[in-house]
Amino acid sequence: MSVDILMPALSPTMEEGNLAKWLVKEGDQVSSGDVIAEIETDKATMEVEAVDEGVIAKILVAEGTEGVAVNAVIAVLAEEGEDPGSVQAGSGGAPAPAPASAPAESAPAPVPAPKPEKAQETAPVSAAVPSPGKRVFSSPLARRIAGQNGIDLGALSGTGPNGRVVKRDVEAAMAAGTGKAGAAAAKPAASGGAPMAIGAGPDPRKIAGQLDMVYEEIPASGMRKTIARRLVEAKQTVPHFYLTVDIELDALLAMRKQVNAAVPEGVKISVNDMIILASAKALIDEPDTNASWAGDAILKYQSADVAVAVATDGGLITPVIRDAQSKSLSTISAEMIDLATRAREGKLKPHEYQGGTFSISNLGMFGVREFAAVINPPHGAILAVGKGEKRPVVRTTDAGDELGIATVMSATLSCDHRVVDGAVGARWLNAFQKRLENPLSMLL
Amino acid sequence: MADTSYDLVVIGGGPGGYVAAIRAAQLGLKACVVEREHLGGICLNWGCIPTKALLRSAEVGHLIQNAEAYGWSVGNVSFDLDKIVQRSRGVAKQLTQGVGFLLKKNKVPVIEGNGKLAGKGKVEVTDKDGKKTVLAAKNTLLATGARARVLPGLEPDGKLIWTYREAMVPESLPKSMLVVGSGAIGIEFASFYNDLGVDVTVVEVVDRILSAEDEEISALAHKAFVKAGIKIMTSAKVTGVKKATDSLTATIETADGKTQEMTVDRLISAVGIVGNVEDIGLEGTKVAVDRSHINTDPYGQTGEPGVWAIGDLTGPPWLAHKASHEGIIAVEKIAGVEGVHPLDTTGVPGCTYARPQVASVGFTEAQAKDAGHKVRVGRFPFVGNGKAIALGEPEGLVKTVFDDKTGELLGAHMIGAEVTELIQGFGIAKSLETTEQDLMHTVFPHPTLSEMMHESVLDAYDKAVHF
Repeated sequence: MSVDILMPALSPTMEEGNLAKWLVKEGDQVSSGDVIAEIETDKATMEVEAVDEGVIAKILVAEGTEGVAVNAVIAVLAEEGEDPGSVQAGSGGAPAPAPASAPAESAPAPVPAPKPEKAQETAPVSAAVPSPGKRVFSSPLARRIAGQNGIDLGALSGTGPNGRVVKRDVEAAMAAGTGKAGAAAAKPAASGGAPMAIGAGPDPRKIAGQLDMVYEEIPASGMRKTIARRLVEAKQTVPHFYLTVDIELDALLAMRKQVNAAVPEGVKISVNDMIILASAKALIDEPDTNASWAGDAILKYQSADVAVAVATDGGLITPVIRDAQSKSLSTISAEMIDLATRAREGKLKPHEYQGGTFSISNLGMFGVREFAAVINPPHGAILAVGKGEKRPVVRTTDAGDELGIATVMSATLSCDHRVVDGAVGARWLNAFQKRLENPLSMLL
Repeated sequence: MADTSYDLVVIGGGPGGYVAAIRAAQLGLKACVVEREHLGGICLNWGCIPTKALLRSAEVGHLIQNAEAYGWSVGNVSFDLDKIVQRSRGVAKQLTQGVGFLLKKNKVPVIEGNGKLAGKGKVEVTDKDGKKTVLAAKNTLLATGARARVLPGLEPDGKLIWTYREAMVPESLPKSMLVVGSGAIGIEFASFYNDLGVDVTVVEVVDRILSAEDEEISALAHKAFVKAGIKIMTSAKVTGVKKATDSLTATIETADGKTQEMTVDRLISAVGIVGNVEDIGLEGTKVAVDRSHINTDPYGQTGEPGVWAIGDLTGPPWLAHKASHEGIIAVEKIAGVEGVHPLDTTGVPGCTYARPQVASVGFTEAQAKDAGHKVRVGRFPFVGNGKAIALGEPEGLVKTVFDDKTGELLGAHMIGAEVTELIQGFGIAKSLETTEQDLMHTVFPHPTLSEMMHESVLDAYDKAVHF
């Protein structure tokens, strides 16, 4: 099986660097630990070591190339018994756009079922469902337990020697309810053969100690740890891109007034409720965005289950409004109030915040104009909603262009490029915009 | 005046301390070892190593006495106790010197004297002339080990009542002996003296000998020792001792409440150990002590910032290899090495070098069940193994315990010839997290005793071939 050699990060904040020099050429035999290249940034020069032994099958980024993105595949290593000539770059973030490139191995890759059958108690069990295209170092026991519990080893960060996934990693994922096969996608950087532990930043305690900085230490709660792990996972494994549109809200605000005048006492439809409904309708209008990357397939969902980010004292949680496309505004409003209240009290049940097909994060109430949100895997996209505010707009009329005033809201869609291509995401945003700007369509 | 400030001051040069100091030097820390007596600690000087030398002499004697069975006629044989003891001391000395050499090679100075904490970042060393030196220590690693526990009424007197220390260097051979305690130390001395022809009785307060081992192994050991001539009293305790000039009479109370008296030449007290927590400057620090052992976090950090503790001082299992491993973990944590994990105590093997030997790693069958596992147990007896028969060692057992659901090797328990050298195969298997399948697919060389390990795994899954 071939191994992608990735552009290493010299520091946690490094995003790109220069490939200064290759110390090997295609066809060279290398052993684990051999220095194969030199990388430089404006701060430092570092040697890249081979983490496996094999033959350098392909050098993909030439010596002297500047601005090579971290985790880009810079070369491919053919392992023992493999024909270096037949090797191609894996899907681990190659610089050349190679959408959905097939796994590199010549062996027929058995396509795993997305939901492995629950293993019989005593029967010998096959290995866990692998993320295609990437070798995951793991212990036999870790593979067995992962297989029995439907955990995708490729979605885990190994804490054993050299990042090997061991029993405690699988048990931790099971305890946290993460790493389910078919949910999280392949994890190219951190699990297998990344040259450096990505995300393992400098130890702040150490620095604070050296500099005599005064701080209060707040132990991380389970929720905080989950947030940290999931967001690192999302940013490391999901190729994000962002699309922003401005949406005029005046018609929506007018309708909201009418609706709120008509609904019974005590019910108050918020703009956020209408955004949830508009998102859900748009997901049905443009179902390609209502989807997840499953490693070897795209799962397109039938219903629009919209997860809404709720800030609590302990951190962020995303309760889900299920089948939002077929719910009325008053139902969504009531559900949202209930879910948000219980979220803040820490009383949500797992089924109320797990799953979902799409997420919304709204910081408009804080005056934020626009922002880009981190995708909540396995969702294919997340919508970041800014503040609705009066802005100057240019309108084209028969009399020519004229300046007017409208209530405008900027909305940014973060898309998982493995599922949602640029045009697909743009079509969804258009549908969303249309629903909000012609709000009566939402009531149909 | 030499520079007396260190990144790490290790108090105690036993297998925990000196290994930690060498690891510290490898990681670029400036480290030193403070030792009051001998490098290598109890292990090298008064424990693991010299007893192995004694037991080897006993084993050679056993072979000679049974030489007929192997086709040799040896006539009258005899042994010289002094020479046996001298050989043991020579072995200890050679290895102690070796430790000194290793520390020197790693540029770790050894400071002779009693070390104690003396305020934040300071260690005071008092040498044998009473001269005091203060070392500046960014970190201090306490590795002062442990000593024999003393039962009231059984206080060692160096003459009639021995600890391991006197038992290691007998001047003459007693005719009869009472060994109180049947852990590894007690059983090894019982086996040694029994093989030299001493009339040995073991008294154990719980209902079985080697009580840390799997019950089935305990029972087999009991049978084997009785067959070898050792008398064993379980659920019994020594309630009093009357000393005469060259013998003593012990009062032994048995489970049924009856008492009996037994007169023997010597008594060995081997009833566990206590940590050396005294006179190391813990007063006024945040180091917490619980029943003579220092409390630490899983990496050896005590409650006092910059003060770490490892090995016997921190509690059971009281084993040299556990101390060494803890030392390395603590030092790597101090040095900020990434990916340091706490010691997995279920992966620490334990060995008893009696005749027969006993070795184990991980959960006993009972512990595994208590921990909620549905288990699969495999067994393979020595009598089914070609090499064991050829060696003339047909008695023993290899027992394996697996989790029924995951195939995790939870524990392995062995009794018989050379099992202390075999156990590490299962140690590696546990450390690498193999399942039964990996063990089944491993090729074990023929003819070896190790084939029994394979067969035991096969037996757990009803696939044993040779029995």
